[in-house]
Amino acid sequence: MSTTTMTQVPARTHRLHPLPLRIMHWINAVAIFIMIGSGWKIYNDDAIFGFLHFPDFLVIGKWAQHGLQWHFFGMWIFVLNGLAYLSYGIATGRFRRKLFPISIREILATVGDALRFRLRHDDLTHYNAVQKILYLGVMCIGVLIVISGLALWKPVQFSELAALFGSFQTIRLVHFLCMSAIVGFVVIHVTLALLVPRSLVAMITGGPAVDDGPGATTEMKAH
Amino acid sequence: MFQSRSRSLFRPKRPIDQSVLKENRKLVRDINRRGLLRGAVSLGALTMLTGCDVTENDSVQKVLRAVSAWNDGVQELIFRPNHLAPTFSPSQVVKPPRFNAYYDIEDVKPVNGATWKLELAGRIANKQPWTAQQIYQLPEQEIIIRHVCVEGWDYIGQWSGVNLRSFFERIGADTTAKYVYFICNDDYTESIDMATALHPQTLLATKYAGDILADPFGYPLRLRTSTKLGYKNAKWIKAIEVTNDFRETFWSKQGFNWFAGI
Repeated sequence: MSTTTMTQVPARTHRLHPLPLRIMHWINAVAIFIMIGSGWKIYNDDAIFGFLHFPDFLVIGKWAQHGLQWHFFGMWIFVLNGLAYLSYGIATGRFRRKLFPISIREILATVGDALRFRLRHDDLTHYNAVQKILYLGVMCIGVLIVISGLALWKPVQFSELAALFGSFQTIRLVHFLCMSAIVGFVVIHVTLALLVPRSLVAMITGGPAVDDGPGATTEMKAH
Repeated sequence: MFQSRSRSLFRPKRPIDQSVLKENRKLVRDINRRGLLRGAVSLGALTMLTGCDVTENDSVQKVLRAVSAWNDGVQELIFRPNHLAPTFSPSQVVKPPRFNAYYDIEDVKPVNGATWKLELAGRIANKQPWTAQQIYQLPEQEIIIRHVCVEGWDYIGQWSGVNLRSFFERIGADTTAKYVYFICNDDYTESIDMATALHPQTLLATKYAGDILADPFGYPLRLRTSTKLGYKNAKWIKAIEVTNDFRETFWSKQGFNWFAGI
């Protein structure tokens, strides 16, 4: 996009969370709900850890086949929406602006503030270092859970991929641990969203108008 | 109605519990009744399929089954006809193999190998039935492959028998047909796509770890293919049919994915 076009854009501001991003966020929330609930149902039929069974009221699907049906339905939503989200975040520069750079000093400072309950959320448009790491981390886990899921679903057709993990049970374990990490993320994410309700409202209404300044041209173009 | 919440459909964990069995019978009768009633007043077969599910909403089931059928197509697309599944060494073989069926191992009804015959039907030139002895005379292929159950467990097994593709050539089966059906001695039915039937690691197995199959594992004849989940590997086969007609099978009727490739 040229500078000439830039000047033709009347307002250089947009919502903190543009509409496509909000739609993808909530589709993802539904997809994750389906995948985790049905995944727990599937897990119960052959528990990895003898002490861990998910209670019936937490799982999706009455019988094994229903859990499987939901899981192999939800996977399309999760993967297609996830691909759209990642492409959007990269193409518009949103990830670059919101999640980078992350400095070690900033991480230490944020952790220190958090431990002293001094974390501030006055400015919704700025992510602190811990938020940046959590968001980046959960995206990487999201990619890994899909890759391990593919290897679990098709250990023969994708035997080269499955071989990277080692045994079939290792793939299951990786898939399970990714799920656990996502559940951990969701707990923190939802708790903080409820503690700072403005952030939750922003993900519904779009939040305050923001000016991304120089380097924001790509996202401007998208709107 | 069901006390045993996480009880496996494929791999019962406990010996027979008569009360549970009785309740299951009641449910099966109940399901049949509902299915018939529903079938009688509805547009037909589609609704019959949902008869096995008394809790999930019919329209939800319709969507989920449509997606499952779509997934059949996707799996057919990504199937690599000549790609071999990983094989293993004899030292990794689990003996005896792990039992899986829709009932407990104690309920297996052994097949009498002396009177047993393999019947052939459909698009096959020579439908002469085969005795177990005749099948044992055929060239034998051995594969040591992973068995993957839809529940999540797996084990390495060593299977030998006649390669299905070469058996099809011998009996003049139409390998351009779409499906191969297996009818089993325990009223189990299973079917696979022709591409899988012709895969180099698809056998009509007669032996496990070098010995004639034991009763619980499909004696005298069972399917063993490296590219499908455990339940697709029909045991105690009594008839094989080559056909272009798609028919639901024991598990697919209940909502399990039909293609079930791995």
